[in-house]
Amino acid sequence: MSGDTAEIEIRGVHKAFGSLHVLKGIDIDIPRGSVTAILGPSGSGKSTLLRMINQLETRTAGDILVHGDLIGYRRIGTGADATLQELDDKAIAEQRAKIGMVFQRFNLFPHKTAIDNVMEAPIHVAHRSKADARDEAIRQLTRVGLADRLDYYPSQLSGGQQQRVAIARALAMHPNIMLFDEPTSALDPELVGEVLSVMRQVAEEGMTMVVVTHEMGFAREVADQIIFLDEGVVVEHGGPEIIDNPQTTRFQAFLKSVL
Amino acid sequence: MKSREDSELGIPGEIHARPVRKPGPVVAAIVVLIFALMLAHGIVTNPNFDWPTVWMYLFNENVLSGIGWTLKLTLYSMIIATVLAIILAVMRKSSNPVLRWVSWYFIWFFRGTPVYTQLIFWGLFAVLIPRLAVGVPFGPEFWSIDTKSVVTASVAAVLGLGLNEAAYLSEIVRAGIEAVDDGQTEAAQALGMRRSLIMRRIILPQAMRIIVPPTGNETIGMLKTTSLVLAVPFNLELQFATNAIASRIYKPIPLLLVASIWYLVITTILMILQAQLEKHFGKGFDKSSLSHAGKSAAIDHPTGESAMEAARMNKVKMGGLNA
Ligand SMILES: Nc1ncnc2c1ncn2[C@@H]1O[C@H](COP(=O)(O)OP(=O)(O)O)[C@@H](O)[C@H]1O
Ligand SMILES: [Mg+2]
Repeated sequence: MSGDTAEIEIRGVHKAFGSLHVLKGIDIDIPRGSVTAILGPSGSGKSTLLRMINQLETRTAGDILVHGDLIGYRRIGTGADATLQELDDKAIAEQRAKIGMVFQRFNLFPHKTAIDNVMEAPIHVAHRSKADARDEAIRQLTRVGLADRLDYYPSQLSGGQQQRVAIARALAMHPNIMLFDEPTSALDPELVGEVLSVMRQVAEEGMTMVVVTHEMGFAREVADQIIFLDEGVVVEHGGPEIIDNPQTTRFQAFLKSVL
Repeated sequence: MKSREDSELGIPGEIHARPVRKPGPVVAAIVVLIFALMLAHGIVTNPNFDWPTVWMYLFNENVLSGIGWTLKLTLYSMIIATVLAIILAVMRKSSNPVLRWVSWYFIWFFRGTPVYTQLIFWGLFAVLIPRLAVGVPFGPEFWSIDTKSVVTASVAAVLGLGLNEAAYLSEIVRAGIEAVDDGQTEAAQALGMRRSLIMRRIILPQAMRIIVPPTGNETIGMLKTTSLVLAVPFNLELQFATNAIASRIYKPIPLLLVASIWYLVITTILMILQAQLEKHFGKGFDKSSLSHAGKSAAIDHPTGESAMEAARMNKVKMGGLNA
């Protein structure tokens, strides 16, 4: 995990909501093409950490770099005199466009059909032609196994199908990174598998992925790196084997609770 | 035997049971019908209503032109109000505090004073401010014009009605915007969409579902509020036209009926338009769209149940928002 291949570098990141200190100094390197699983009990700050990577949340302190570029700010000056300049709406949108995100509650656009959900950003953000975007959307929806659901509205799809549309929608922007925030937590148990298998396939194609999940089987088999977060700090950190050999009582207790 | 209700699937032994007999609706219908007939009979045969006069003036030239003006005032003032209302509502949600305040004060002022008073002021606008000018602020003027020639009585009427209505509509628009789940904005942001694009393509189209019904209400209200423009004074619309005839021939009742009949006709048309709009903006939310593309869905849907569950959850959520 040398610095020059890190797709995402998280350095000394803190987050406070008012007086609530949620993240207390996080340092993580996420190599290009790797899958990182973030585990931790509810309220430990997993979502907050993930959302800071594409600036749905601002950070209180520390640096996040993607592809070597500082996220959210521009550094003016060097050394001790350096100050940060906030990026404007346009620059932030450009950084976000290269990072796909999948939410626990899908967040599909309910007034648009599956294919229109997928075509929206390629047309209006990437300014691709309609025909182009349509071909791309059909390709992505086929890839997630929904070629026969193009003209369905989200309300006409099952949870698993909706989440797969959401994945296709993110992939259609050709992101360098995909963030997943508990993508299967809102699903009926029998629908979890179809979403995980799509994620597995995306991982195999070499996407850099950061996944907040409670699916230990997925983490063990697909992740290259496991981060166990508790009370705002990284408690354990290593390869997938650490799931089977927890060193701290906190990780042991957590694993017992989810298995 | 192939019954007319057989589904296209040709499932053998499809059930075509006789429905439970419910006498309630039939009894209710008969009672309502009897009352309605009594009412209609009373109205039609009552000589005080003077139907021959109603009939004589229903298509009177002045009445028809009054309808034209009423429609024009309603249409133009609602267009101004809608455009302004969306701008005001978006300003109200802006990160720029100046825009938020401007929006707040506009709504405060135009909701806080009677529309009748506002119409009088718009009528006096040309007297209070005789010339409109373009130039450097506090400096030389490049161009100026007589206010009278710009703010005519009909313009004053439309401005008065439109600005007042904008204040009310903007609160409706704001409620619609706020009813859209924050997750929608986040998902759009994550795709790299910018604020204005998110508002235009994601938030407003969904807010419309909530905005349209009360706006239809406001439009129908406006139809009748237009009669207040005599405060400007502007006196060509329907209510004034029928009143004028009534005082000329000393027959107020039949001419009130003429006006009422026309207001009802227009209201009916507006309600039909509203239903069309509701259908359009309800796409993806309502049951009718479910049957549209969902026909085949119901057939080979492996998890149809959870889709219905999701739809039901949508409904529940909506109910909560409307409450
Ligand atoms: N916008 C917010 N305002 C205030 N507190 C928040 C906000 N978002 C999250 N929190 C708090 O931060 C903590 C971590 O939340 P979160 O990152 O969502 O945890 P996790 O995803 O691990 O369950 C929780 O205590 C939560 O209540
Ligand atoms: Mg979370």
